Amino acid sequence: MDFLNAIILLLNYIFVPALTYGSQLALGAIFVTLIYGILRFANFATGDMMAFGTMVTILITWYFQSLGISLGVLPTALLAIPFAIIFMIGYMLFIDQFVFRYYRVNKSPPVQLAMVSIGVMFVTQAVVRIIIGPSDRRFFDGEKFIIKAGEFKEMTGLNEGLAIKSSQVLTIFVTLLLVSILFWFLNKTKTGKSMRAYSDNEDLALLSGIDPKRVVMITWIIAGILATIGGALYGLDKSFKPFTYFNNMLPIFAAAIVGGIGNPFGAFLGGYVIAFSEILLTYAYKKFFMYILPESMEPETLVQLLSTDYKFAVSFSILVIVLLYRPNGIFKGKVL
Amino acid sequence: MRKHLNVIAAYSIMLGLIILVGIFQSWNVALSIFNMCLISAVMTMGANVQWGYAGLINFGLMGYAALGGLAAVLISVDPVQEAWAVGGFNIIICLWLIVAMIFTIRFVLKNFKKSKIRTYGIAAIIIAGIVIIRITSGPSIEAIEAVNPATTGFLGGLGLPIIFSWIVGGFFAAGLAFIVGKVALGLRADYLAIATLLISEIVIAIIKHEDWLARGVKNVIGLNRPVPYEVNLQTTEWFINLVAKLNSGKLNFISNVNDKQAALNQMVIEGSSVFVKLCYSGLFLVVVIILLIITQKALYSPWGRMMRAIRDNEEAANAMGKNVVKQHLLIFILGSAIVGIAGAMLVTQDGLFTPGSYRPMRYTFLIWVMVIVGGSGNNFGAILGGFAVWFLWIEAAPIALLLINLFTAGLPETHELKIHLVESVPYFRYLMMGMGLLLIMRYRPKGILPEKIEIK
Repeated sequence: MDFLNAIILLLNYIFVPALTYGSQLALGAIFVTLIYGILRFANFATGDMMAFGTMVTILITWYFQSLGISLGVLPTALLAIPFAIIFMIGYMLFIDQFVFRYYRVNKSPPVQLAMVSIGVMFVTQAVVRIIIGPSDRRFFDGEKFIIKAGEFKEMTGLNEGLAIKSSQVLTIFVTLLLVSILFWFLNKTKTGKSMRAYSDNEDLALLSGIDPKRVVMITWIIAGILATIGGALYGLDKSFKPFTYFNNMLPIFAAAIVGGIGNPFGAFLGGYVIAFSEILLTYAYKKFFMYILPESMEPETLVQLLSTDYKFAVSFSILVIVLLYRPNGIFKGKVL
Repeated sequence: MRKHLNVIAAYSIMLGLIILVGIFQSWNVALSIFNMCLISAVMTMGANVQWGYAGLINFGLMGYAALGGLAAVLISVDPVQEAWAVGGFNIIICLWLIVAMIFTIRFVLKNFKKSKIRTYGIAAIIIAGIVIIRITSGPSIEAIEAVNPATTGFLGGLGLPIIFSWIVGGFFAAGLAFIVGKVALGLRADYLAIATLLISEIVIAIIKHEDWLARGVKNVIGLNRPVPYEVNLQTTEWFINLVAKLNSGKLNFISNVNDKQAALNQMVIEGSSVFVKLCYSGLFLVVVIILLIITQKALYSPWGRMMRAIRDNEEAANAMGKNVVKQHLLIFILGSAIVGIAGAMLVTQDGLFTPGSYRPMRYTFLIWVMVIVGGSGNNFGAILGGFAVWFLWIEAAPIALLLINLFTAGLPETHELKIHLVESVPYFRYLMMGMGLLLIMRYRPKGILPEKIEIK
């Protein structure tokens, strides 16, 4: 019984939250890695683009709510996301046309493009804050929990409860669905293959008749989809605050590089690597050991490797270690 | 003279703008903008040394500025005797443990061949070291933080004049830059940017959460000043006389003695804060001028030529026998040290150290905008960028308000859109920075004052 309690404890406080957080990071990391692989620059505007997509989702959700449209137990935001995606794709293509294209055509060095993306970051951040303001917004409606901790305790008779929020299940489910479609697209369709070819070797791809404009356009379209869904899922699960989104850019970068930048599958796994290590290293295991160890050996301290204040620092340290020992990332991306 | 016409013109416009602020808003505001401009100028010089001279991209400026600020606290605050008594010994032992750990790792690295066992061995040493350090430091850190937590709760500093911290801050930042440089300088440009950004976040996390060091997010306030306090000035004889003398024209118009005294008091209060700011300006100007002379000399020296050669073609410079790795490390350290000095200056001016306020937007990206807008590779350009961007950063809100009122002039005061826009005025500064950066990068990629290398 104690053993079961210990497992439920870990599931409730580590596994489910880490899986959710990892999914949210994974979507962002794939976004970063696609831009890096195909357009060849580090996009510092990632976090703010996600915030922008989320903002559009929220505005449309509010509109639907004012009309009285809802999805019952599911959050209304799900209905708003497709419209937000369309808007976001337009935004991405607009930015590309008026900002990034010039430097791409001139074959500017990647650093210059990264600098330009900082300009885009400033502007996007300003637009988001001017339109919706910097404060915390919750836009989740519908049924909040799938299993409540209390119900679970009653059902199983265990001491530990397991609470699963519907936003968590939604996040994991949507992420897996989206990522599978994306990988199918990249590996099986002709367009996807041409994108991978372009990423591997630009000149060869051009020689074999791949249209670079089309590849770039499709990349931005996918980026728009990923940014909107990734951002909206994070906002549904936690809450929407522009500053948090900007800060999330850092673990997202860490995830993309740990997974091997330029490699979408690596980025996907990298998200989970970062999320799990952040939560595993900062969780206080006292209760866990109380369950599995006999009473005489119970620990007196919290058995916490690092205080939760260092949550972000954990992922950054992992990144530094990976950069030192495996600069290509765990799952081998582009050679640095 | 003709050659430098654009430099002179740009700087006179900039000074003119600040003087205009002085006339239309107040001299207090103008001087505080001017002081912050000077500090920003020092930071941009640091970034310019790295990016403009050597092409190294450092997005970790925030971390170095924060370390400079930390130095200001550690130098100027009086030591907290009680805290030293309860936990100082253990903390010093921990410092020695860290030193011992580093030397053990160096020893292992030198005397064993590269293998998997060595890697695991080093990992084991680090983990064991961290565990031992946590066990030794844990209780004493708690004891230190328990000493009068509302006002102290940390070890305190050395109790020296805060001016010294400017130098120490430079050394702190240089030390960090040495470690970061050793770790990250081999990376390609954009990876270096990300790595330095993340490392600076780690530094901030440590400063924020290690309360025994500098009170963390509880902030340290009331740092000693290198200049007189306003309150003291207001009661000093010579200062009151000075103010009276400077304003004698105005004062003579007032006939009533009581009114005259009241007006004089008001002038003294205003004058004292202007005087304090002027003192700071003087100190900062000295730093800026010294750094400017050094960096200009360096730029036109053989060393500067070599750095440009390395920046423009690393392989060729390497083939000519220049040690690219070593020079990169050197310039990374120098640039970071300058940013550290600026960080210490900033905390000196504010008189308080708030680790929570160090955010990448303000201390990394904004500084980069300054360098790019001003003109990388050109010291005068970088300083001008610091001035122009900081000026715009502060004056963006009034400008935005003016524009909003202009464009919504047809709308009634209670119109929702107008109220919303007026409420979000502070965020227009981000918009202006972003647009400015994008426009400059597109139409004047070398900045307002581009790099000009004279061949003598």
